Amino acid sequence: MRNAFAKQLEELARVDPRVVLISGDIGNRMFDQFKAIAPDRFINAGIAEQNMIGVAAGLAMNGFRPFVYTITPFVTTRCMEQIRVDLCYHNLPVVIAGVGGGLSYASLGATHHSCEDVAMLRSLPNMTVMCPGDAVEVSELMEGSLGVDGPMYLRLGKKNEPVIHEKKPNLRIGFAHVLRNGADICVLSTGNVLPMADKVAKVLCYYGVSATLASMHTVKPLDKDYLRWAFEQHRLVISIEEHSRIGGLGSAVDQWMSENDPAHREFIGFGTDDKFAHGLGSQAYVRGVLGLDLNDILMKTVKHFQVLTPEIVTRVNDQLHLFTDEDVKS
Amino acid sequence: MSDYSLNQLKAIAAELRYLTVKMSLDGKAPHLGSGLSCLDILTAAYFGGLVIDPVNPDAIGRDRFILSKGHAVAALYATLSKRGYFGKEMLLTFNQENSCLPEHPTPKCIAGIEAATGSLGHGLSIGLGMAHAAQLKGLDYRVCVLLSDGECNEGSVWEAAMYAPAKKLNNMIAIVDYNKWQATGRSDEVLAISSLSAKWKAFGWETYEVDGHDLEALMGLIKNGGKGDKPTAIVAHTVKGKGVSFMEDDNNWHYRIPTVDELAKAKQELGLS
Repeated sequence: MRNAFAKQLEELARVDPRVVLISGDIGNRMFDQFKAIAPDRFINAGIAEQNMIGVAAGLAMNGFRPFVYTITPFVTTRCMEQIRVDLCYHNLPVVIAGVGGGLSYASLGATHHSCEDVAMLRSLPNMTVMCPGDAVEVSELMEGSLGVDGPMYLRLGKKNEPVIHEKKPNLRIGFAHVLRNGADICVLSTGNVLPMADKVAKVLCYYGVSATLASMHTVKPLDKDYLRWAFEQHRLVISIEEHSRIGGLGSAVDQWMSENDPAHREFIGFGTDDKFAHGLGSQAYVRGVLGLDLNDILMKTVKHFQVLTPEIVTRVNDQLHLFTDEDVKS
Repeated sequence: MSDYSLNQLKAIAAELRYLTVKMSLDGKAPHLGSGLSCLDILTAAYFGGLVIDPVNPDAIGRDRFILSKGHAVAALYATLSKRGYFGKEMLLTFNQENSCLPEHPTPKCIAGIEAATGSLGHGLSIGLGMAHAAQLKGLDYRVCVLLSDGECNEGSVWEAAMYAPAKKLNNMIAIVDYNKWQATGRSDEVLAISSLSAKWKAFGWETYEVDGHDLEALMGLIKNGGKGDKPTAIVAHTVKGKGVSFMEDDNNWHYRIPTVDELAKAKQELGLS
């Protein structure tokens, strides 16, 4: 996603003179192309994130389209008040691009984790929150961002993640994108867990539970029409995110459910536990430490589904033993 | 020095001080001492120091002014009104229901307010972005940001202070209203603010110290600021509550609301009948 960000920004800067990149002293060689095209529109703002957001605001007030880029917690929670006042209160078209969203930088420790960012930014008036699932989504959402007249948060992962979209999805900000349609369970994915959600949907289908897979790349504004449809058409809806279960996509869906009373109300929100990770390691390992585990998602989903649909209990029961770590990793 | 004589400027400042005291009473709004403290700076900026046009408040080449110490906004509202940005009757809506003139400036509501402030330590950074915009667009406007000394407690002020010289944002003017008080104490006792001009100088700004009530000196500095080969910092030594004897240097007026009698007394002292 990181490289897709740099490449897309270069494209945007080439065609749109309003595009400015403000970096918080990271991305060493990554923006060489951007600098070659628009040297005066590349700003290294130093390790001073509060000021960086204010500078972006001043530029946006005068017609520019700044992208502010650094590691996720530093460009979000570190300068939360500047985002709230300078960007959201003034409703300015600035893209806050956080690299290393969620647990992308797992081994760097909890200072570099961000499992609270979506909750905090989602609560700000005027803010659009976007969590692309792969490099393709990054590019398309960035393209779309030029049509949004307000502050946006773009939650990036790291580099070299798997690309899930086989063809150009033509994403629209604020609208869910369905990758596959199924009949029984709807899997809502947001952000860098898209490969995991894809696997969940595939394993479910393999064992006879027909699953829809939708990328909720935009967490705010929430695609309410899609949610209504998803809850009407499926017996069970689940959401997966590399973010705390407090305040992320799962919370947003829960709130929507409580306010809208859909036909079916069966929902499980999967996300990280309300704690800091202390035993650190790889992203996959820390996901486990924080309770975000593929096997666990599958088991809980299937068990819940069985209760709802006794007619297929036998069929799935026969297969349940197959949800081993080995199986889901393959 | 401007289209106004010194005597005219003094008369304007006196009238604005009276209006500010009256607004505090009518609107039951605090921070009166802070407003009176910076009133001569506002007068110098808006009545000759800056290139502005109240008839075209959004003119692309205008100098930008940001009141980063947003709690003093009553003084700015009075100044904007007097300068012709909006009618005097608007001042009566200060701090009333459904008002565009709340206790801290709000965005996109009235002409002349470039940025909503109120949380300290934001204005200078926003100003830097505006200064960048001027350079990127090849425009020669300047950006003037008024801060308070208490505001210089905020770390973000110093992030911004380091930024401007590095990026050669020489079209910046930062003015610190240095009245030696903050909300609940002497500013130098709360955090070590002293040697304030040495600090700005050390951060790479062309720094001037001035009597913040000397309209002529302020006018000269603001007129010529932001045009050199470094950003301009002006440390303006001021008296909190300036112009009303019983408010001067009395920090109770950070929060106190004047009475009707006190307003009358202030009016008399300011030489207005």
